[in-house]
Amino acid sequence: MLDKIKDFAADFFVTGDPLIYGADVSIVLVTIAIVFVLTYFKKWGWLWREWLTTVDHKRIGIMYLIASLLMLFRGGVDALLMRTQLALPDIPFLKAEHYNEIFTTHGTIMILFMAMPMMFALFNMVVPLQIGARDVAYPFLNALSFWLFFLGAMLLNLSFVIGGSPNAGWLSYPPLSELSGSPGVGQNFYIWGIQISGIGSLATGINFLVTILKMRAPGMKLMKMPLFTWSVFSTCVTIIFAFPILTITLALLFIDRYFGAHFFTMDGGGMPMMYINLIWMWGHPEVYIVILPAFGIFSEIVATFSKKTIFGYKSMVFAMMIISILSFFTWVHHFFTMGSSADVNAFFAISTMAIAIPTGVKVFNWLFTMFRGRITIKQPMLWTLGFIPCFLIGGATGVMLAVAPADFQYHNSYFLIAHFHQVLIGGVVFGYLAGMYYWWPKLFGFKLDEKIGTWAFWLWNIGFYVCFLPQYWLGLDGMTRRVYTYSWDTGWASLNFISTIGAFLMGAGFILQVWQIVYSIRKGERDTTGDPWDGRTLEWSIPSPPAHYNFAVTPDGSHMDAWWHVKQQLKAGIKPPKQELEPIHMPKNSAVPIVMSTFWFIAGFGFTFGWNWMGISGLIGVIVCLFVRSFTYDVDYYIPVDEVKKTEAKMGRAI
Amino acid sequence: MWKARKRLRNIAAIAMGVIAMAALTGCDANLLVFDSKGPVAAEIESLIWISILLCAVIVIPVIGLFAFIVWRYRDKPGNKAPYKPDWSHSTTLETIWWGIPIVIIILLGFFTVRTTYALVEPPKDTKAEPITIQVTSLDWKWLFQYPDLGIATVNYLHIPEDVPIQFVMTSDAAMNSFWVPQLAGQMYTMPGMAMRMWVQADEPGVFSGKGANFSGEYFERMQFNVVSQTESEFNNWVAESKKSTQTLDQAAYAKLSEKNTMGEQTFGSMDQNLFAQIVLKNGGHHHPNNGLDIRGQFPLHGTDSDGADHSGGSADGNHDMSNMNHDMSDKDMHK
Repeated sequence: MLDKIKDFAADFFVTGDPLIYGADVSIVLVTIAIVFVLTYFKKWGWLWREWLTTVDHKRIGIMYLIASLLMLFRGGVDALLMRTQLALPDIPFLKAEHYNEIFTTHGTIMILFMAMPMMFALFNMVVPLQIGARDVAYPFLNALSFWLFFLGAMLLNLSFVIGGSPNAGWLSYPPLSELSGSPGVGQNFYIWGIQISGIGSLATGINFLVTILKMRAPGMKLMKMPLFTWSVFSTCVTIIFAFPILTITLALLFIDRYFGAHFFTMDGGGMPMMYINLIWMWGHPEVYIVILPAFGIFSEIVATFSKKTIFGYKSMVFAMMIISILSFFTWVHHFFTMGSSADVNAFFAISTMAIAIPTGVKVFNWLFTMFRGRITIKQPMLWTLGFIPCFLIGGATGVMLAVAPADFQYHNSYFLIAHFHQVLIGGVVFGYLAGMYYWWPKLFGFKLDEKIGTWAFWLWNIGFYVCFLPQYWLGLDGMTRRVYTYSWDTGWASLNFISTIGAFLMGAGFILQVWQIVYSIRKGERDTTGDPWDGRTLEWSIPSPPAHYNFAVTPDGSHMDAWWHVKQQLKAGIKPPKQELEPIHMPKNSAVPIVMSTFWFIAGFGFTFGWNWMGISGLIGVIVCLFVRSFTYDVDYYIPVDEVKKTEAKMGRAI
Repeated sequence: MWKARKRLRNIAAIAMGVIAMAALTGCDANLLVFDSKGPVAAEIESLIWISILLCAVIVIPVIGLFAFIVWRYRDKPGNKAPYKPDWSHSTTLETIWWGIPIVIIILLGFFTVRTTYALVEPPKDTKAEPITIQVTSLDWKWLFQYPDLGIATVNYLHIPEDVPIQFVMTSDAAMNSFWVPQLAGQMYTMPGMAMRMWVQADEPGVFSGKGANFSGEYFERMQFNVVSQTESEFNNWVAESKKSTQTLDQAAYAKLSEKNTMGEQTFGSMDQNLFAQIVLKNGGHHHPNNGLDIRGQFPLHGTDSDGADHSGGSADGNHDMSNMNHDMSDKDMHK
């Protein structure tokens, strides 16, 4: 019996690597610390009522933000481990298998569990405020989306200490990801972690699409919407068409692994190329899903900090919608080298290059928004200005990659690695960080410290170029991605060493940002006006942080840059008509989202280890939760006028 | 404030220095992709330069314009630059910047499509009889078979200069990608499929090749040298290799396909059916005319109309593959 338990534990827990034991210890210590603090300060009830069961989009946004920053840390540590291993030839720091696990989790976490939730954080923090709504269309579903994402992410992260991490690459091509190539549980963790959080992503896409279509303030026609809201709209359309493909693809892979089917193996009549086509039919739109909101953020920031209306609004909207459509017709450029005919490669080369056209137009419009404006460089603008040259270069190398015959020389090389990090860091990460700095005072009521932030910005920016520019040269010199080491006679040592320095500079930038947040919580400049940047859109018309009902009275959205318009009117001495307060209809908190997601987690964990009893119990739990929710009728309430008055008065607003 | 700025400037200067160093070391060493030694790689290289040029034409002026605008319109007391807060539309300007990228993309698209179709043809300027080499990626090594010469090698190969080489490639493990940057771009090797590409070396030399697509634990070890030789040297090498007593038969192949890494090996003789068997056992498709259904960019050399058919379209290829008939192909193979 004891031996049996020992054997089980040896397989169950990941053993043998001092790095992992270190992680084990720190996980246990952090958990104990959290439990202790919550108990000591009697905060369990507060945590449950105010956060874990909340349906308030602002709080959900904050939870997304915290989770994504944690994942940025985890993915970043992965990156630094890889760069350390590659700093010089033949370093024995990481074993091949360990390296393979790290690059797999780095990619998966950064795209699905860092970029996506940070995007959803911004959706939640901003969209309802920007369109003058009191919450999203489906607040309960919104909470459910968050918990599905969070527990899906935790399931994947668990593989690090239990069972073993996936190691077949972030998109895990078969046959390597099939049972024959990856017999361990790591690949199952990958499938279930992504599946569970994927349901959440799809639901968020639907939720925000409906929110934008149905919940806008009176008068706000589609073509009066702020550009960030437009970018969320185009992203949601893309999510709705792309994510079901991912779900089906991974479900088929799981059926292959669990029931011995042959969807993606040649023997038995399947086709691995089908997987690669399908996964990129999701994967390519996915990169536009994450970049489009960044375009929206930049549009808001450029206009605000240039004190000027955005240039070419219609072009901007048209460009975003065209990008979201075109993004579905370029997937083959991820495998030009698969031996498709010249016709196919030519089509996808042209369609890929075509995306550069609307993207280029957006850059010109940002430039001409600044042209004849008055530019102040605060943190959000600083990141925006860092983004423009970086993205231009990244976009150009993207066009170079689109040249199909040339891609035969770039594919799978560090040239490709440098390119997509340039657009994903220089575009997506810089964009989301700009957005975080921009809307932070709205959500938290204080600004993040300018001085520490400037240091962090330069470390990130310089670190970025030092890290990734050398990788273009490495790629052209034949260095392939995913190699865990290389020899001296390749001549790659000096460039790799420089690249590693850059990675650590970015790491230092991140640490400074954490310090910046901690410092600013105590000493950051408080925002008493609700409009710290002299903003243009509706979210700046209410106090910071907003009351949980957002708007005491429904705002008027019939002008472009609605809040700017009100401010101009006030300057001209025209007061907006006084509106009567009415009781406010709000959704009630619910414990179902977190409980149901926990059941999903249990189901996923069970199927990962092939324990059907556990997997099926988890699914039954999910179904029970669905029933419980279906028969709950007490889901909303009204805030009386008196209470609204009191709250507004407390925030210094007379209504 | 001033001090902080000065410090920032210093950091920026150091960073620029590092970047410049990176750029210089990069240009010093002959980057493999820009050091092409064969017609296919040379054609790709010139296309790469065209694309760099066309991108630079737009990116460099725009970065210049960006720097100018940020400096000119900064919010500073006494800045005399015009300020027009409501100026937000100009049909002329917007037409120009929808137009510029469209023109650039049309130009680049033209060159791209031209080369895409050009590379489908085998190298034209030689009269030499092409040689076929069958490539199999294994865990974690490369097997090269010379069906015309009856020899096989592991993790290295020799080719004669100025002779078109037809690679027919498959995998008996995870998917990989065959890449010799100085001779040609890469092409996937996939189980159950036979891909084809043309390669030719213009001069003698040793060119490094590698598996470019991640294929599991020791994928990094899947490197090999391609030795290009004059015809007489190559013939000597073939004669020498034939003296090797090792035979690549079923037993030897079973040993090769175990999961491990190894150095170079030479087989003086081999089982001619082995390659076809590898493709077929992984679910490949047997074709009545040319033995194997071969897929890829590059059709058979010369008058083989059948090969040309197969390069016709991926839809075709896929269709053939998914409708493969196992029993049939197995029977055909063993008869």
